[in-house]
Amino acid sequence: MKALLLRDLKLAFRAGGGFGLGIAFFLIVVILVPFSVGPESSLLTKIAPGILWLGALLACLLSLDRILALDWEDGTLDLVATSPLPLEAVVSVKALAHWLTTGVPLVVAAPLFGVLLNLPAEGYIWLVTSLALGTPALSVIGTFGAALTVGIKRGGLLLSLLILPLYVPTLIFGAELARRGAEGQAVSTPLLMLAGITFGVIALLPFASAAVLRVNLR
Amino acid sequence: MGSIWEYANPVKFSQTVSRFLAPVAITAGACLVVGLIWGFFFTPDDFRQGSTVKIIYLHVPSALMAINAWFMMLVTSLIWLVRRHHVSALAAKAAAPIGMVMTVIALLTGAIWGQPMWGTWWAWDPRLTSFLILFLFYLGYIALWEAIDDPDTAADLTSVLCIVGSVFAVLSRYAVNFWNQGLHQGASFARVEAVTGGDTTEKVSNVFFVPLLVCIAGFVLLFVALVLLRTRTEIHKRRTRALLARERLA
Repeated sequence: MKALLLRDLKLAFRAGGGFGLGIAFFLIVVILVPFSVGPESSLLTKIAPGILWLGALLACLLSLDRILALDWEDGTLDLVATSPLPLEAVVSVKALAHWLTTGVPLVVAAPLFGVLLNLPAEGYIWLVTSLALGTPALSVIGTFGAALTVGIKRGGLLLSLLILPLYVPTLIFGAELARRGAEGQAVSTPLLMLAGITFGVIALLPFASAAVLRVNLR
Repeated sequence: MGSIWEYANPVKFSQTVSRFLAPVAITAGACLVVGLIWGFFFTPDDFRQGSTVKIIYLHVPSALMAINAWFMMLVTSLIWLVRRHHVSALAAKAAAPIGMVMTVIALLTGAIWGQPMWGTWWAWDPRLTSFLILFLFYLGYIALWEAIDDPDTAADLTSVLCIVGSVFAVLSRYAVNFWNQGLHQGASFARVEAVTGGDTTEKVSNVFFVPLLVCIAGFVLLFVALVLLRTRTEIHKRRTRALLARERLA
């Protein structure tokens, strides 16, 4: 498991193009927003948590088809599947590697981008909390989508179509948590719901991902 | 008459469909004609809503079927995963576009009713939003069926997607509820306590309710007829493909 994780991380860091692209995309989304809605700082303050969440979600989506597609093409996935490691563990590790290379940088970069959108001072802690708590769910759900579409040529667009509806609950509670934090309201309900979704997804969804991966490897 | 699983045999299923399709379709048509004409022309206008209340005869049944079609797909997907009956998987495939059309009808009629009543075609109300999300689920499900060539792989993958999607659809429903309180009135069906509790002002009165029931029966039967027909078509398609493949080998 550790070897697989290290291998995935190394590939992401060294192969170029993958790592860092997510943050760059996130940055561009954040920069484009004031161009499209206007530079009034009061408006930006109001929509900042939602925009930051949406940008993080789209940046996450961008790198999903890399989770399994490359390993599928060069046959690594068949080798890993025949190893004693259960496929559930493999997809969990894949999701973890995706989160470490995409989710964590987004969480770290988000406060910086919050400055660009004039996020109020009390919002930063909750923005980081919500993203740190929510991005693992995005990675795990995304791995499920990647496992579904791994056998399909040019499945990237289909992957987005399948995954985005599944992202709705995470987005609602994550953005709500960040928004309430920024406006200084009570945050415990969305916080608990977001944590529930994330941990529930981490516990259950790898079984579904492994099941569809088995079908695809058949 | 043996167990229900006899109908998992495609031949037996096709025979049964041939026998029942015409009666079911005719009854569906009769129910719809009677229910809609009765509803549109022979019920009084509502004292507040005027004649727009009559859109209920399309809106409520289609919304009902949109959800129940997904539920049916969930059940048939589970049957496919557990018992590997091809007819079951094909029935799920056949039901998806019908369910999607029902979702669209519900959304459109809702918008047409909402414009004069709420003063807007669309509001981000929990029920409306959930239906839009349901529409996206149907879209993804159908797209996945179309994208995969091997029928068994497609059936397996879409079944798992249907199950996971159901969980997330329910989750979204509650998330959306939490996210925004709505304009949409409560379920038209909560009528039992209206009779017993005496509070009839908020519920649908009998004048509107009987034709509504006829319309709902019509929509249910229409759905059944369409699913049977489309499932049989899928079976025939599958058989044609097998025959063609055999011919090519020979």
